[in-house]
Amino acid sequence: MFKKLSLSLLLACGVSAQADEVNIYSAREENLIKPILDLYAERTGTTINLVTGGADELTQRLELEGANTPADLLLTVDVGRLYRAKEAGLLQSVDSEVLNSVIPAKYRDSEGEWFGISLRSRVVIYDRQAVSASDLSTYADLADPKWAGKICVRSSSNIYNQSLVASMISHNGVETTEAWAEGFVANFGRPPQGGDRDQISAVAVGQCQLAISNTYYLAGMLQSADADERAAAASVAVFFPDQNGNGAHVNVSGAAVTKAAKNRDAAVKLIEFLVSEEAQAWYAETNNEYPVRADVPPSELLQSWGSFKADDIALDELGIHNADAVRLMDRAGWQ
Amino acid sequence: MDTHTNKAPTGALSSLQRWLPLHSGTWLILGLCLLLSVPVLTVFSSVTVSSDGVWAHLYDTVLGDYVLHSLSLMLGVGLIVLVLGIGPAWLVTMTRFPGSRVLEWALVLPLAMPAYIIAYTYTGLLDVGGPVQSWIRETFELRFGQYWFPPIRSLGGAITMLALVLYPYVYLLSRTAFIEQSVCVLEVSRTLGATPLQAFRRVAIPLARPAIIAGLSLVLMETLADYGTVQYFGVSVFTTGVFRTWFGLGSSTAAAQLSAVLLLFILLLVLAEHWSRQKARYHHTSSKYTRLPRIPLQGWKKWAALVYCLTPVLFGFLIPFLQLLQWSTQTWHLLDRDGFLGMFANSLKLAAMTALIALLLGLFISYTRRLRPGLALRGVVRVLGLGYAIPGTVVAIGVLIPFTWFDNTLDAWMRETFGIATGLLLSGTLVAVVFAYLVRFLPVALNTLDAGLGKIKPTMDDAGRSMGLKPLQILRRVHVPVMRGSLLTASLLVFVDVLKELPATLILRPFNFNTLAIRTYELANQERLAEASSTALMIVLAGIIPVIILNQTISRSRPGHDSTT
Repeated sequence: MFKKLSLSLLLACGVSAQADEVNIYSAREENLIKPILDLYAERTGTTINLVTGGADELTQRLELEGANTPADLLLTVDVGRLYRAKEAGLLQSVDSEVLNSVIPAKYRDSEGEWFGISLRSRVVIYDRQAVSASDLSTYADLADPKWAGKICVRSSSNIYNQSLVASMISHNGVETTEAWAEGFVANFGRPPQGGDRDQISAVAVGQCQLAISNTYYLAGMLQSADADERAAAASVAVFFPDQNGNGAHVNVSGAAVTKAAKNRDAAVKLIEFLVSEEAQAWYAETNNEYPVRADVPPSELLQSWGSFKADDIALDELGIHNADAVRLMDRAGWQ
Repeated sequence: MDTHTNKAPTGALSSLQRWLPLHSGTWLILGLCLLLSVPVLTVFSSVTVSSDGVWAHLYDTVLGDYVLHSLSLMLGVGLIVLVLGIGPAWLVTMTRFPGSRVLEWALVLPLAMPAYIIAYTYTGLLDVGGPVQSWIRETFELRFGQYWFPPIRSLGGAITMLALVLYPYVYLLSRTAFIEQSVCVLEVSRTLGATPLQAFRRVAIPLARPAIIAGLSLVLMETLADYGTVQYFGVSVFTTGVFRTWFGLGSSTAAAQLSAVLLLFILLLVLAEHWSRQKARYHHTSSKYTRLPRIPLQGWKKWAALVYCLTPVLFGFLIPFLQLLQWSTQTWHLLDRDGFLGMFANSLKLAAMTALIALLLGLFISYTRRLRPGLALRGVVRVLGLGYAIPGTVVAIGVLIPFTWFDNTLDAWMRETFGIATGLLLSGTLVAVVFAYLVRFLPVALNTLDAGLGKIKPTMDDAGRSMGLKPLQILRRVHVPVMRGSLLTASLLVFVDVLKELPATLILRPFNFNTLAIRTYELANQERLAEASSTALMIVLAGIIPVIILNQTISRSRPGHDSTT
């Protein structure tokens, strides 16, 4: 055991600068990213080293390790986190023709410090029997007293909710959003608890009529190994809000080259691979996320929900208003 | 109570103190303790820094909830673990009833069940969409809202989950105490006309008090440090507040200050216990031990005892275990079998390595403190002991800060002086991981070892000394053989704790290094509970074996009972 310890010590010492190596800190869980990385490694002979973990914790580790960090690439979900990493000065600007041409400008950082590689929308899930789609319209409408006791949503500690509220602050300002949050909280059918799938289950059994969820959670439930979960998911439907206004809230999972990257070029090549048609199609199928490229279709399941108008907000805005959003939700009593 | 304890003869060890290979040894231990206290001290040092009005915001909005919920959680868990721990411990030690032999070890099993896993499992079973409520709805043709069912994801649910997996600490430690109680004391109480119940209440419990308190304090510290369960249930307590403040409000200072408040809770508890005990010591006054005859329970009493002792095993182990097993058979085909063995080996390796280091370190610290009970060492050990109450993530960051500082400073110096880049030497290696484990779990080992060493009468040291043994020889040849039970208990408790540990491993681990707990968490985090069950089951199974050994050790730990046979 001690041999192994000293071995790993030695390994950590050797700052190797070989071009065919990429070290990744990933907030995407291993089973959602490793298969595609393995494919890339096999095809190009690149050695890929992976640590997964919470986005905030990995960012903290990156920051503390400073210029000596072994990490070349940071993979994470939610632009709020990418923004924080950028603000902390942990990322570097990348000017890649491939990335700039393939990824729409609104899904990458204007200074090239991070790139969206897949998309998800935060939507309203409704009970097919109790609610008709014509009753639904906007996020703002969810604060209307007609929904009193009918809405299920997870805790405001979750970044997806924080980013949603941050987008509303960006569109409408703090005061309007706070008034909305108060009305929204008053409509809760139960104290916030569990994850997005739990909100969908609660709608399926009738504890609530509406839930807020990311799209891939419902897709995951529809394809679950558990028959009960499939049945629950089948009893609800998706509604994309704000289709006549700003559009439905969209967020990214993204990749960024670290400031201290020792294998910069290899890291950029890997990002380019992640937005290749092949990798995008794999992503779409495996986790039911929307591809970031317009020329790769989403999974059949997602296509069956129809296309929708996405909010065009500059994603930076979600990061800028994050702390405001948390304070606002604290004040509104959103646990 | 005072009649059953005697005051330690002060200065009994003074003749020995001259003999410790003093300065080097004591200083080394003191230095090690200080090093391990760095993460705790990092948290405390934040108190002096201003946090830009974040506190005013917290005070206006959520702080009241944090305090109220954390206190309720501690109170609730504390009360339940006492009921589930002490009673069964006494019943299986002192009485005979149907199943008592099996329950004796089965009562320890929930220790192998990580709190976040039992929380996932019960949520799957009891939540609105789960099988139990679905069955109620179908059988009685009800809609949701037409019947009452306790919400599992609530403060009450969190209290129940934590109590169900933490009571074994109280059970283990109080059972050890009951087993080791001198027969004479109990026989005297019987000749004075005490019924078994009276003997339990008036003699056994007061005598077992240090052990019960030790178990309870472990439980309360673990409760305060828990993040997985409360976060999953959406209960806002101090730990969830720490993360929200840290990442959501972007104030690491205010987050560290919240952690410091958390530690103050614990410090107050420890001090309160210390004062209430005052100077009473709990050495055994007689060394006459024989196997205690167990009282056979009759009639309704034996069935009541069975139900009482079966309840914690049923809810803390059997039900969640069977649920995991059922999910696991559904999703077994999805399991990545190649990675699986590696993760299993990694988990065991880390647990074994940490247990061994914690044992040696704990033993030397404990023994040094016995020989040289100086203020400095006592103080440092007390600070060190708080590590168990700090959430794993906070410990991990507390480890990263000094480690990366050391690495980067050394690297800069080496570059400047010799033109050599050393890079990160310690950060991102297993050294950092094991160090974090020690910060969190050494207190567990120390608690157990202190209790074991404390029971050895100081006259034993004097006897060894009179035979010309040096302190380290006394430790090896006198103390270690006598306290073999405590040694094994300490290392196994650490082993099981490491097996279950998640947050520190997740943040500090090197590249491409996975454990069972990490894989379980990653799947559960994607809300794929059924798929997470296979690795969860492996954690539990890997934990059962040491837990059963632990139990055997304690059963045989009655002094005078030859443990080699």
